[in-house]
Amino acid sequence: MAVETPVTAGTSSPPVPRPERRGARRRGAAGWLFILPFLLVFAAFLVAPLVYAGYLSLWTKGLATGTTFAGIDNYTRAFSDPSFRKGLWFVLRFSLVVIPLQIIVALVAALLLDEITGRLARFSRLTIFLPYAIPAVLGALMWGFLYSPSFGPIEQIASFFDVRAPFLLSQGNVYYGLLNVVTWQWSGYYMIIIYAALKGIDSSIYEAARIDGASARQIAVRVKVPMVGSALALILVFSLIGTLQFFSEPQILRPIANGSITPDFTPNIYAYELAFNYAQFNYASAISFALGFVVFVAVAIFMFVTRKRGSLFT
Amino acid sequence: MRFRTTLSLMAPVVLALGLAACGGGDDSSGGGTAAKPTNCTNKIVHEDAKRVLVWAWYPNMAKVVDNFNNQHTDVQVCWTNAGQGQPEYAKFQTAISAKKGAPDVIMLEADQLVGFEIQDALVDLAPYGASSVRQNFSDGAWKDVSQGDKVFAAPVDGGPMALIYRTDVFAKYGIKTPPKTWDEYAADAKKVKDAGGPVFGDFGSNVPAVTTALMIQKGAQPFVYDLADKKNITIKLDDQNTKDVLDYWGNLSKQGLVGKEDQFTTDYIAGMVGGKYATYVSAAWAPGYLTGAGVGNGKDKGKFAVAPLPQWDTNSPVSVNWGGSAFAVTSQTSDKAAAAKVALGLYADDASLADGWKTQTIFPLNQNVLKSDEFLNAKIEFFNGQTVNKDIYVPAENAYKGAVYSPFTVYYYAQLQAQISKINQGQTTGSQAATDLHNQIVQYAKTQGFTVQ
Repeated sequence: MAVETPVTAGTSSPPVPRPERRGARRRGAAGWLFILPFLLVFAAFLVAPLVYAGYLSLWTKGLATGTTFAGIDNYTRAFSDPSFRKGLWFVLRFSLVVIPLQIIVALVAALLLDEITGRLARFSRLTIFLPYAIPAVLGALMWGFLYSPSFGPIEQIASFFDVRAPFLLSQGNVYYGLLNVVTWQWSGYYMIIIYAALKGIDSSIYEAARIDGASARQIAVRVKVPMVGSALALILVFSLIGTLQFFSEPQILRPIANGSITPDFTPNIYAYELAFNYAQFNYASAISFALGFVVFVAVAIFMFVTRKRGSLFT
Repeated sequence: MRFRTTLSLMAPVVLALGLAACGGGDDSSGGGTAAKPTNCTNKIVHEDAKRVLVWAWYPNMAKVVDNFNNQHTDVQVCWTNAGQGQPEYAKFQTAISAKKGAPDVIMLEADQLVGFEIQDALVDLAPYGASSVRQNFSDGAWKDVSQGDKVFAAPVDGGPMALIYRTDVFAKYGIKTPPKTWDEYAADAKKVKDAGGPVFGDFGSNVPAVTTALMIQKGAQPFVYDLADKKNITIKLDDQNTKDVLDYWGNLSKQGLVGKEDQFTTDYIAGMVGGKYATYVSAAWAPGYLTGAGVGNGKDKGKFAVAPLPQWDTNSPVSVNWGGSAFAVTSQTSDKAAAAKVALGLYADDASLADGWKTQTIFPLNQNVLKSDEFLNAKIEFFNGQTVNKDIYVPAENAYKGAVYSPFTVYYYAQLQAQISKINQGQTTGSQAATDLHNQIVQYAKTQGFTVQ
């Protein structure tokens, strides 16, 4: 791409001496060299595995039959597989609640932190961000302990009042238990993104609003929120993709959830289980691609719906 | 000048590629005995001897490996604990699919063998001296590791099941003799609960092997499968016996007479320590694992005892098994003879076996131990000096007839686990769970290319 610019420039202007064109080409080559390390890693660890998984998904392997060519059979099977559908329905249902929840928490925190200054603000900013700095696995383990009916503080506080606390990983509660873990983990990160966007707004706009008689609340809702709209859209896409690929937290909490987190709990856990426990790498690849397709469609729909705002990726 | 810039830009890339190539070389040699496996958990006594990479999770494995390495100069064990049960199988399964990365010798439970045999992942030990240890084992134990004339693993320990119970809970709620039948078990459970006592046992979803054993005890025969007839399998999970057992435990769970917690979790162990469960339906190796987790120490010391497993019909008692493991040689090994020597010789010496049964981490299958006076008359500390080997476990082991497993045990267990979890949540009944489970497993077997009878 870097090569093209000088060439087109050359055609529109009077004859260009040859040496310069050659120089441009060489500059292009240097550009490629600069991105070569990234390109190699990208090709080796993203493109190649994807192509290989795509290839695997076109075959099928039975314990008794060996490997045979399947074409798109694995895909038709995936979309009619109750386990895959159930997992998909769960992550969609989960997204509908967790994404707005995270964004509201992050937005409120960012707006508040934007208003206050001083040591308290710095301290609050750090503590709200802290959960994101904790690796997801450790966070999940920690919540596993907090939820524990024998050791967890929730149960201990409840027993102080002589009641039994609900087990937040039981089949009926696991949705809320996970909702809490994920919101805790990610809100801080989204808060930082919104906060950074807020800091980028020219303060003369606030001054103008104040002169027009806007209250602090009106400035927040009518001026600040619309102006960080592109950051909000970005967060939405991030969390949509992340939630549809939900894996780490339920996988870590599985051993202590008394069976309420099943092997087909989310599509990613299902794919993992198929590949590494049932040795069905072919079908697992198809499930992964099917999930990728769903994520793609979900993001495309979102972009279409928000296209009028036009602030993201344009 | 420009040329040199290009070169210096290229240099790191070339270097990186070179390093990657080295890394690849190291990886591919890690699996076999061709190169020496490094980072062993244990110390290698004889540096220049051939090394055999072993995966195993016995709690006293460090001692066992040292015993082997001290006694052998030609071959040395390099041991790694790759996880207990399912996590290890998942790693092994991945290595089989990748066609590299498997150890030379692997510890497997009897119910997993056929699933790996069908993938040609294990080596037949018959040409490598399996017959030399044959006389050490009973017919049943040998049958569990063989397919016809082929021997796919060397047995180490078995898991005869019995009823472990807490004497303090039984005494407090007036249960004078441990239940002999499952009806008595349910009645006692009710008695304890009505008196405000703890739950009587546990119907954990994560030990489907226990539930399967209890189904077999009632007379169920979930699978009929013979590797010689590779494509045909008989599946029967919706018979009355299976339904009865699942209904029985489902009802106990529904009435709150047994717990619904998964076993071996921190919460469960804490419950065992605190006397939250009056009984524990488990295998002979369980006390070793419980002791290791801190059960039976301090004020719980001597509070446990064991009785024979309750029966459905005391006139024709049935003995069942949970777990018990063997050492198999993987087909990825580069030196089958050396690996077979380890598989047949590891955990087979007197010192290791004695350490294993004294700490109750194994119930040995070696007849020399089973028949020794020391073993039979041992007063076991965990059970407050009860002579459990002579009274409970050896009779149970002798009555055990062996079992037949499917080639997709991992999948079957996962589905049974999901059904138990549903039963515990009150979303299905035992009978319905049996029917659903049957249909799922039949469906799965068909997609795997089996002809289901």
